[in-house]
Amino acid sequence: MSKPTVRKIFLSVLMVIAWTLTMRPIFAEEAPPPGGTPPAAAPTAAAPAPAPKLPTYFTATSDDPKKPPAWPDPTGGASGVWATPAGDAKGDVPDQLKLGDLYDRIAHNLYSINYVWVLVAGFLVMFMQAGFMLVETGLCRAKNAAHTAAMNLMIYPLGCLAFWVYGFAIGWGNWWNGPVPPGWYPSLGPGLSLLNEGWGLGAAVDAAGKATGAFTYGIIGTKGFFLSSAVGDVAVMVLFFFMMVFMDTTATIPTGAMAERWSWKNFCLFGLWIALPYCIYANWVWGGGWLAQGGINWGLGHGAVDFAGSGVVHAMGGVIGLAGAMVIGPRIGKYDTHGRPHAMPGHHVPMVVLGTFILAFGWFGFNPGSTLAGTDLRISYVVVNTLLAGIVGALAAMVTLMLKGLKPDPTMCCNGMLAGLVAITAPCAFVDPWAAAVIGLVAGWLVVVSVFFWERMGIDDPVGAISVHGMNGLWGVISVGIFATGQYGAGWNGVVRDGMVKLYGSDGVRGLLYGDFSQFVMQLIDAGTVAIFGFVMAYVWFKISDLITPIRVSKETEMEGLDGPEMGTLGYPDFQIHQGQRLVE
Amino acid sequence: MKQIEAIIKPFKLDEVKEALTKVGIQGMTVSEVKGFGRQKGHTELYRGAEYTVDFLPKVRIQILVPDEKAAQVVETILQTARTGKIGDGKIFVSSVEEVIRIRTGEKGADAI
Repeated sequence: MSKPTVRKIFLSVLMVIAWTLTMRPIFAEEAPPPGGTPPAAAPTAAAPAPAPKLPTYFTATSDDPKKPPAWPDPTGGASGVWATPAGDAKGDVPDQLKLGDLYDRIAHNLYSINYVWVLVAGFLVMFMQAGFMLVETGLCRAKNAAHTAAMNLMIYPLGCLAFWVYGFAIGWGNWWNGPVPPGWYPSLGPGLSLLNEGWGLGAAVDAAGKATGAFTYGIIGTKGFFLSSAVGDVAVMVLFFFMMVFMDTTATIPTGAMAERWSWKNFCLFGLWIALPYCIYANWVWGGGWLAQGGINWGLGHGAVDFAGSGVVHAMGGVIGLAGAMVIGPRIGKYDTHGRPHAMPGHHVPMVVLGTFILAFGWFGFNPGSTLAGTDLRISYVVVNTLLAGIVGALAAMVTLMLKGLKPDPTMCCNGMLAGLVAITAPCAFVDPWAAAVIGLVAGWLVVVSVFFWERMGIDDPVGAISVHGMNGLWGVISVGIFATGQYGAGWNGVVRDGMVKLYGSDGVRGLLYGDFSQFVMQLIDAGTVAIFGFVMAYVWFKISDLITPIRVSKETEMEGLDGPEMGTLGYPDFQIHQGQRLVE
Repeated sequence: MKQIEAIIKPFKLDEVKEALTKVGIQGMTVSEVKGFGRQKGHTELYRGAEYTVDFLPKVRIQILVPDEKAAQVVETILQTARTGKIGDGKIFVSSVEEVIRIRTGEKGADAI
């Protein structure tokens, strides 16, 4: 493409952006559709009818103050009534059931659908561990295959252990006291009300002066260490599992950025530590903490909005990977004395592609599962948005390479698809399909530019983890503040603004293109927080851990390959796998 | 006895083997090797870094022949392995001191 043509295209794109920004909000309002939750009750009738009395499995309160609530519920009896069409006298006799009994049974099925959905989606996310393993091992050299695969294997038990011991409690221990939409009920059942202890700034007190458990600025949760019996409830188990597999995704990202020179013992310590920064930040965004409260505290949109975790999961993993790659240093032979990078091609391209497909498949659990409700039909939009962002990302990466006069490197196209998926992870429930495609387009271009950038900055990232997850995680968080349509998420993080309701009929999550610039500002704050907090925490940790046990293997080990010396097993013992090595210092 | 060692382009192997069998060669050893001559390699760009492929894959054929057959074998290989493009390879002819068949212990011309 000639320079004048490129300039023309660039200027027209700029003009389109300027036009849309000045003409906001130009997008026609859809007829106010309901959000994913029951609309807020706003009684203005002369004689306001009393609020309907909801069953306790929706309100999570106890009917009788003298009787304790029916949870912690370790067997599922407290979420509606499980229909038992048994023949004996204890079972249901259909023609003797009243309407209320029927409703109880319907409610139980509602919860069942939500449980099955979230659990199965969680299984898909767990399977992404295999995808990460294949992508990373394929992009590394054969002499390090066993070690790279082993890191991706053992991060799962190490991370899981830490999450069980302390991570879940820190992240979600005070989940119940976070801000929620009016009329909201927990899609996984009343047992989630057990997650009601935490710590923060500005403890809220009720009329009697007793602490309610909520804070003006929530910082961490403090309940649920070791999944104690205090939280031994079927609903808590679902949330624990689903959140745990998300954390494992973050945990496995830095193993790619630091591959081919990370010593095993130091890695194991990392595996036990990663739950700390992840869960603290997750508390701030998902656990009802201060970033989520940015809406009710500072009037900035609906507070930080991150549907499935572009920020919480991917940006966090990416910046931790950046800190780690900086501390551990580039591989021997990666840069010559002039700082020019040498290519170190991965040893198995088909493995990389297979891994990418497995990750793309797993993302169909990652994103739509984050509704925490199979009964929330918005999942279909989430799936389509996820699909479009991924495919456009792959195409955008390919086209970016070809426009640069380069060949369409399949590993970069894989990175492009993953970048699109990472970027759509935050906005997936809130944007229109066309916006998902645009987000993927930017992501595919951004990941190529970013890989080249970090390479030239002297940061050796064998798999592009910093670019795929870090850069595009931040882009995903920011894109919520641009493209969110307001159709979904009414009352998110407890924010219902009269002005918005008057204009649009409901206060859903909306970005600057649809009339809410403050959401964009909040997303910038969110992105800045994860970048700084994650990077600083990780940098300090890697430096400290290096003093406990060296972070990098010896030169001899690195030249031979980590498989034998670190793992005691060769990845490919039957093959002659050593290339001519570059020893340029 | 002479050993004829030929470094050729990998895709030429079948053609060379067929031709050699036709002129009466009954055995050969083939190995996959890498190398360069004056051809050198080429440069690619991999994820933002230059990637110079110095060594190109080649195939090495080793054949043992009685002295009288050497010229014919060399000519056969030259005919079939040549493409006319750079990187066709080379043929080395050397003298061999002794040949022994492991199964029977035969030596010399009987062992070829």
